[in-house]
Amino acid sequence: MALRDLRSRKSRIAPALLATIALLAAVPVRAQEIDGRALGDACTSCHGVDGQSQGAIPSIGGLDQSALLAKLKSYKANEDGPTIMNRILRGYTDAELAALATYFSSVKAK
Amino acid sequence: MIDRRQFLVGAAAASVLPLALPAIGASSAARIVIVGGGFGGVSLARYLRRNDSTLAITLIEKDAHFVTCPFSNFVLGGMLPIDKVTFGYDKVKAAGIDVLQDTATTIDPAKKTIATVGGKSFAYDYLVLSPGIQFDWTGIAGYHEAASQKMPHAWQAGPQTTLLRQQLEAMPDGGLFVIAVPAMPFRCPPGPYERASLVAHYFKGNKPKSKIKILDASDSFIKQDLFMEAWDRLYSGMIEWVPASKQGKVSSVDVSTMTVSTDFDDYKADVANIIPPQKAGQIAIATGLDQGTGWCAVDPVTFESKAQKGIYVLGDASLAFEMPKSGFAANNQAKACGRAILADIRGARAAPSKLINVCYSTVEPDYAFEIVDDFTVTADNIGLSFQDDRTTPLKASDDIHKREADNAKSWYANITSEMFG
Repeated sequence: MALRDLRSRKSRIAPALLATIALLAAVPVRAQEIDGRALGDACTSCHGVDGQSQGAIPSIGGLDQSALLAKLKSYKANEDGPTIMNRILRGYTDAELAALATYFSSVKAK
Repeated sequence: MIDRRQFLVGAAAASVLPLALPAIGASSAARIVIVGGGFGGVSLARYLRRNDSTLAITLIEKDAHFVTCPFSNFVLGGMLPIDKVTFGYDKVKAAGIDVLQDTATTIDPAKKTIATVGGKSFAYDYLVLSPGIQFDWTGIAGYHEAASQKMPHAWQAGPQTTLLRQQLEAMPDGGLFVIAVPAMPFRCPPGPYERASLVAHYFKGNKPKSKIKILDASDSFIKQDLFMEAWDRLYSGMIEWVPASKQGKVSSVDVSTMTVSTDFDDYKADVANIIPPQKAGQIAIATGLDQGTGWCAVDPVTFESKAQKGIYVLGDASLAFEMPKSGFAANNQAKACGRAILADIRGARAAPSKLINVCYSTVEPDYAFEIVDDFTVTADNIGLSFQDDRTTPLKASDDIHKREADNAKSWYANITSEMFG
């Protein structure tokens, strides 16, 4: 990376930091405490232990976090032709979806 | 008076005698006793074991096998043999859970002990009851346990399911099959209507002149528009639903003449499926956990009984706020209860999380729909996160109904694998 870029990058850091702090302040404190594993317990009744499914319902354990989160968000937006996930995910905030994606991405099939 | 030094010496002396100490405090010693080897009890046992290999978990279940009510309507429709909905406890045992085939009879909440018909007694740190339902045999005149051999309820799956299937197979073409539905609350609210659908599927292919009459103690039912849409499309003229307002509530039966009666009409049935009113399993009632109501009030976060500290109630026996009495709900509740018990062992209290219930109903092999309930849990409620738009839409495509049917089978494979796999 060129020095010029570093310098310009440095100059962007302060405003970026400020924006981040402002964003964090806007997020309720509870969002930091979301337990993705506890939320995920409700999902495994369909998606299987550790998110490993048999049959038509997709496995969700061990998937890439960002890909899983993108999928959850698209289902919540009623895209990609879901049968049921569009309706289920209405009850979940984006922060909860992120916690779920983080949890299931960390799960390994046993 | 004991000074601090003496106290510490005493504590040190006690600590070298661990066998004399109560078991609470170290998770390695916590004793969990679970009554009921169905959706609530087995889901909890497996959840606790998957999360803590050291707990001493005992499961008391009266039967050697569990026959699931979900998918038992497939047996009645001739789509599955009963062994496909029957599960043994071998893998539950192999997971390190002590499974005792016995009937729990008496709980002493003060001493924290539970006794069985077989003469065993267990001390527990945590007791969880998931006894399911029992029938209120006083609800319909002339209907009692012996009568259910002639007019099966088939609302606890097993021999009753097989009996009802045999009666449907023996029924002549052109016969009348009557289903009596009790007032809410009862186990599996969409179950009677799925049953009518899958029996209609069997009749359509085998005895197409036959009729089904649903005599209902209610004026509406869950997923009613979706069932009616399916019946119009698939089974036109075969299924008649008689709501309470049209004198649908069954008040008496006469098994000797196969007569099912409301206060206004008598129906002569060729096969009668009488689903009686229900209440919590006997161990919960005998312990007074229902406080005279028939169902057990619980804490919405932990599922600890409101009537008795240290005893938890899961599944159909519980009064779980807006959650229906379903195997899915019991499985979700079991995991919330498991988190609460694991937290309590650590000296913490579990935080409320969200719960889900999904009920699939299949109306012919490639045609299903569902209702989903999202629940928000607070310190005093388990409430629906939203009321609207919870079901598969009306006028959905054949492809959607096929995918729902495939999802229903996949759900069943996954939830039974979580429990018995």
